[in-house]
Amino acid sequence: MKAGVVVFPGSNCDHDVYHVLKHVLGQETSFLWHQDDDLQGSDLVVLPGGFAYGDYLRAGALAALSPVMGAVRRHAEAGGLVLGICNGFQVLLEAGLLPGAMRRNQNLRFLCRDVYLKTERNDLPFTWKLPAGKVMRIPIAHGEGNYEDSPERLDALEANGQVVFRYVTPEGARADDDPQWNPNGAARGIAGICNPGGNVLGMMPHPERCSEPILGNTDGLALLASAVEAGSRVLLETAR
Amino acid sequence: MTVLQEPLVSAETARSIGLNREEFERLKKILGREPNWTELGITSALWSEHCSYKSSKIYLREFPTEGPHVVQGPGENAGVVDIGYGWVAVFKMESHNHPSFIEPYQGSMTGVGGILRDIFTMGARPIACMDALRFGEIDAPRMRSLIDGVVRGVGDYGNCMGIPTVGGETGFHRCYNGNILVNAFALGIARHDEVFHARASGAGNPLLYVGSRTGRDGIHGATMASESFDAESEQKRPTVQVGDPFTEKILLEACLEAMRTGAIVAIQDMGAAGLTSSTFEMAGRGGTGLRLDLDHVPLRQPGLTPYEMMLSESQERMVLVAKKGREEELEQVFRRWGLEVAKIGEVTDTGHAVLLWHGGTAADIPIRPLTEEAPVYRRPVAEPSDLAERWRAPEVPQPADPRQALERLLATPEFASKAWITTQYDHTVRTNTVQGPGGDAAVLLLKGTPAGLAMTCDVNPVYCYFDPRRGGAQAVAEAMRNLACVGAEPVGLTDCLNFGNPERPEVSWQFREAIRGISEACRAFGVPVISGNVSFYNETEGASIYPTPAVAMVGVIPDLAGVPEASFRNAGDRIVLLGEDRSEFGGSAYLRLLHDLEQGRPPAVDLDAELRLARLLRSLVARGLLSTAHDLSEGGFLISLAEACFSRLLGARVEVPLAGADLFSESQGRAIVACAAAALGPVLRAAEEAGVPAREIGEVGGDVLEVRSAGETFRAPVAGLHEIWSTALPKALGL
Repeated sequence: MKAGVVVFPGSNCDHDVYHVLKHVLGQETSFLWHQDDDLQGSDLVVLPGGFAYGDYLRAGALAALSPVMGAVRRHAEAGGLVLGICNGFQVLLEAGLLPGAMRRNQNLRFLCRDVYLKTERNDLPFTWKLPAGKVMRIPIAHGEGNYEDSPERLDALEANGQVVFRYVTPEGARADDDPQWNPNGAARGIAGICNPGGNVLGMMPHPERCSEPILGNTDGLALLASAVEAGSRVLLETAR
Repeated sequence: MTVLQEPLVSAETARSIGLNREEFERLKKILGREPNWTELGITSALWSEHCSYKSSKIYLREFPTEGPHVVQGPGENAGVVDIGYGWVAVFKMESHNHPSFIEPYQGSMTGVGGILRDIFTMGARPIACMDALRFGEIDAPRMRSLIDGVVRGVGDYGNCMGIPTVGGETGFHRCYNGNILVNAFALGIARHDEVFHARASGAGNPLLYVGSRTGRDGIHGATMASESFDAESEQKRPTVQVGDPFTEKILLEACLEAMRTGAIVAIQDMGAAGLTSSTFEMAGRGGTGLRLDLDHVPLRQPGLTPYEMMLSESQERMVLVAKKGREEELEQVFRRWGLEVAKIGEVTDTGHAVLLWHGGTAADIPIRPLTEEAPVYRRPVAEPSDLAERWRAPEVPQPADPRQALERLLATPEFASKAWITTQYDHTVRTNTVQGPGGDAAVLLLKGTPAGLAMTCDVNPVYCYFDPRRGGAQAVAEAMRNLACVGAEPVGLTDCLNFGNPERPEVSWQFREAIRGISEACRAFGVPVISGNVSFYNETEGASIYPTPAVAMVGVIPDLAGVPEASFRNAGDRIVLLGEDRSEFGGSAYLRLLHDLEQGRPPAVDLDAELRLARLLRSLVARGLLSTAHDLSEGGFLISLAEACFSRLLGARVEVPLAGADLFSESQGRAIVACAAAALGPVLRAAEEAGVPAREIGEVGGDVLEVRSAGETFRAPVAGLHEIWSTALPKALGL
C-alpha cells in the first residue's frame, strides 16, 4: 500500500499527515507535486489542509484546476481512495468530486478548537476501524467550514448515506443550531461527506492532529489507520 | 507612467525625512560632498532609530549575551541556541506598533510576516509564534476595531502560513489608548550545521532578488516607526505595508529548499527599509561592497525612482548572495515554486554601495560609515522627580467579600479568558502542540526526541512604570517561573522593548533602568539575551506609554513524560503553596482594577529565591511528581487558584493563612502545585531541601471552590466563576 500526500502551493498540513502516515502508521508515503499529473502509484491519496493558492478567489477554487487533480479524479473514478481534510475537502467540493459548497463560518471568524463528531457510516474504508457509536473529539482549524447545499440535495445526501460525520455534543446528541457544538453553522451539522461509492471522503476536522498519545488525543488515528489498511486490502484483493 | 518630482536636498528636506542637522552634516562629511536625494533617503532609513538603535545601543551592551547554549547572539536576523539532539532553536521578538495603530489588520499581518522571515532567513523552519498585545481601554475610541483588526491580522497570517500561534499575552491599560502594542515572537528549528548568516562575502558573487515585486507601499516605514504620533498620523497610512501570507508561505518553502543546494552564501529578508537595509546590512557585516543594477529590480508598476525602490517596504521579498556560477540552480528552485528571481547586482570589494540606474550612477556611498559606524547617542537621563511619591506605600482597602472581589477581577478584560482571541489562531497545526495557549508556558514536542520546547512571554507594564528596574527583573523572573512550571530549563531570552520618546530624559531613564533589571535577572539565572528589538516613540500627543519591556523566554524540557498542566486534573490531589507570602500591593491589579489606584513600589524580586523555586519545580516535574503547577503572578493567590479550576471545572478546598486583601497580594516567587496524596511527602521534603517555603493547603475535588482564611470561609461554585471568566471578554467587546 502506498500513500501520497498532495502538495499545493500553500498546503500547510502536508507534513502533518505525512508524518502520521509514515512515522506513526509506518506506511510508504510520498509527496505528490501539484504540477504532476501522476500519483506515483499511490493507493491512498490525501489532499491536506492549508490555504492552497492562499484561498484566493474561493477556498480550493484554484487548486481544483491543478494538473494533479486530473489524476486524482481518474483515481477516484477507478475506485481509489481519496481523503480530503479541511482545505482538501474544500478542493474536493470545488473539483466536483463531492457535492455542496462551503461558506464562511457563521461567526465570520477562523476557529481553532476541539469539536465532537458522530460517525454515521462505520462501513467505509475510512471509518471501519472507528468504534461504533463512539463520539470522537477532534480539532478543527478553519475559516470556511460552513457546509451548505439545497434542502433537496441535502435530503438526497442523507438518503444516500453520504453524510459520514456530524458535529454533535460530547454525549453524541445533534445540536445543529448550537454554535458551541456545531461550530461553523454547517447545514444539518455536517462535518464530513463521501461520494456515492464511499471511496472519496471530505471532512473539515483534522484527524492527523489527534493521532499521537503525547498530543493528548488519539481519536483520529483509527480513521487514518482505517484508510491505510483498507488501501492494503484493496491491493490484496486486486492481487488475487 | 508617473515619475515623482524629487525635492531639492537641504538641511530642511533632510529634516523632513528624519535626519537632524548634525546627521546631515555628518553625512556630508562622510561623502565629502552634498548627498543627492537617493543617498539622503538611504541614510535617513539606515540612521532611523528603528534600523540603527542609535539611542539604545549603549544600554543594550549591558545584556549578558553569552552562554553554553548560545550559537548566535544579537546582531543577526535572529538569535540561535542549541537545544540538543543536533537541533538549534532560532527565535526573536519584534514590534509592529505604529503600523498596527494606523492600520490594525495590515499592521499586525506584516508584523507576523516580518518576524517569520527573520527566522527562516537563518535557515530554520518556523514552528511556533506567540503574540504579546497591549490594548487601551476597550471603550476608548477605535479600540474595539483595533482589537478586532489586530487579532484577525495575527491570525490570518500565521494560520495561512501554517505556523501555530501557541501562546502570548494580552493586556489592557489606558496608557495604550493612543498607541497599542503588537509584539510578535517566532521560533524556528534547524539542524546545527544548517544555520545561515547574513554576511555578504566573495567579490563577484551575484545578488539575487526573490519574491514579490517592489511597489510604492511602505516607503519610509522605518522612519515613520521612529516618530511619535500626532493628529496627522492618519495620513501616514501609505507607509503601512500590505501583507500576503500566501506568497510568504511559498517564499518559506522555496528558501528552505534553495538553502539545501549549498549555493547560497548569505541571505536576508527585506524588512524595515527594504532593499536598503537588507543589502547594506549584509555588506556591512561582511565588510564588503556592492553594486546594484536598479534597472533589474522587479517592479509592480513602472516609473519608480531609485529613492522609491530603495525605501519601499513591499513585503515578502528576500535578497541573497549566491555562489558565482550557481545562480541557475537557485533560479530553478524558486521558479518551481512560482517565484520571480532577478539578478540585481553583485558583491564587490570596494566597501561602497554603487547604485546604477538608467545608464548613470544613482548613488555611491561608503557602507560601513552608514551601518556599523552609524551615530550612537547617549541621551540625557533623568529620574522622575516624583519617584518618592510614586513609591509611597498605598492604603490597601480590605475586601468586604473576597468572593465578590474575585468575581469582579475575573470579569475584567485583564483576567478574563482570552479564548475569544486564541481560538482565532491555529495553535495545533504542525502537530507539535502539547500545551497551547492558556497555560503558564506553551509546550511543543521536538519530534523524534523525548524532549520538548517551552516558551512564554511576560511583562507587567504597571510595575515597570513605578520601578522599571524591578519591573524588568520581574518580567524575567516570571518568565523563568512559567517555564519551570512545565519543567523547562531556560536556554535563552529575546525581548521587545517598547518605550516612549527617548529624547525625553524620563523615558531614557526608564529604558536604562529596565535594561539593568533584565540584565541583573538574566545574569543571576544564567539566561543569555540572544536577540531583541527596541521600539521607541510610542507616544501620542506627548503622552508616552508605560515602559513595556516584553521578554520571551525559551526553555528545554528534557522529557515530556510527566509534564504537569496549569489546571487541576484529579480529585483527591493535594495542593501545595510554594514560596513566601508577603503583603505587597504596589502596582497591583487588586488596587488598580478594584480601587482605581495605581500607587507604590512593585513587589520585591528576590532573584535567589526565584532560582531556588525554579530549580525545585523543574526537579519535581522531572521526577513526575506533579499533576498541576501554576505560578502566582498578577492578581495573586486567589486568581491563580481559580484559574487552576477552570479547564476541567474541578473544585478545590483550601485553608490558607492569607486574610482579606492578602489573597490578592502579588508577592513574587510563588506557585501552587498539586500532586497525588502519595507524592505529598516527597514534594514537601524536596521543597525543604531546596530552601523553598512550602505548605499543604488543601485538596482538589468537587465542583466548588472553598477557601478558608482567618476563620472565615467562602464558597463559589466553579461553574459560576467559569461563566464569568469565559464570557467577560466577548461581552466587553460587545459581541
